[in-house]
Amino acid sequence: MTMSDVVLEHYNYWVVIVLMMIGMYTVISRGHLLKKVIGLNIFQTSVFIMYISIGYVEGGTVPIVEGGAASDVVYANPLPHVLILTAIVVGVSTTALALALIIRIREAYGTLEEYDIQKLDQDAESE
Amino acid sequence: MPPLKAATDPGWVSTLMIELIANNVLLLFLAIVAVAVVRVRQLLVSVMLFGIYSLLSAAIFVVMLAADVAFTEAAVGAGIATVLMLAALARLPGEKEEARARGQFWPLVLVVATGALLIYGTIDMPGFGKADNVAHRGVAMQYVERAPKETGIPNMVTSILASYRGLDTLGEVLVIFTAGLGVLLVLGGVHTKIASPLRPDAVGIRDGERRG
Repeated sequence: MTMSDVVLEHYNYWVVIVLMMIGMYTVISRGHLLKKVIGLNIFQTSVFIMYISIGYVEGGTVPIVEGGAASDVVYANPLPHVLILTAIVVGVSTTALALALIIRIREAYGTLEEYDIQKLDQDAESE
Repeated sequence: MPPLKAATDPGWVSTLMIELIANNVLLLFLAIVAVAVVRVRQLLVSVMLFGIYSLLSAAIFVVMLAADVAFTEAAVGAGIATVLMLAALARLPGEKEEARARGQFWPLVLVVATGALLIYGTIDMPGFGKADNVAHRGVAMQYVERAPKETGIPNMVTSILASYRGLDTLGEVLVIFTAGLGVLLVLGGVHTKIASPLRPDAVGIRDGERRG
């Protein structure tokens, strides 16, 4: 197997990892809470792409039976699709809850920068 | 797995090439948009770019033969999630991310190291699109063979989601219900403000505690 084969066969996984790391970097390095939620969503989508990549079959077709039961058709693996369908919806639910908490934090603290919020908490404790 | 009948079809190779090119180019776009989402400081621009990111990932799902996932990602990921973020931004007037040079180096080191380890871990993974991938054996193959016959639903994803794994879907609905309840509880009710230098007008619980 040549080098280009290795790259082509793993390109999807590597882009997924790059996306995952961009998401993780956002969560760690950015102080703004909304930006952290967006980073978490980028991370999440990269995991979806990972699963769907594993389910893909070269020369296959979408896992929907057309007409009679054709035995010589290759279908993509439907199992990762099912898992990811559930994960997308759950992901949006958690995003909604996170955004609600962000709105509340802004109402209570007047800022969404992590550093400022920690400082306000420390000031309140030392008083 | 039945043998690939498409291997004898002369038009097959070119279609496969187009699929591969579309997949790779879309993934490259996705990476570029993700970097833009992170780098942009205006939150509205960031949220809109994130909508584009979701839509691009939906396009990739179509290329990778996951039509149901693509529908859901386009409607829920690109649609509802973006609308939710815009609705949240509408309740955060004048919100802007502050540019801080502090603490950018060590996160980068950590992320690059983790990424390198993960890429090392993918070397042994079965190649993208290979029909002999272990993930396609066992229970997945059983579903492909039996689901259309046993449930009478042509779409295998639907039959697994609603029939075989129906209880999981019920659990999913429970998660959505809990999240909805959580949003209502967090945003509804009496709001107390914490007094802070940024909000000198706010008289909140902390003040009340001090007085008491």
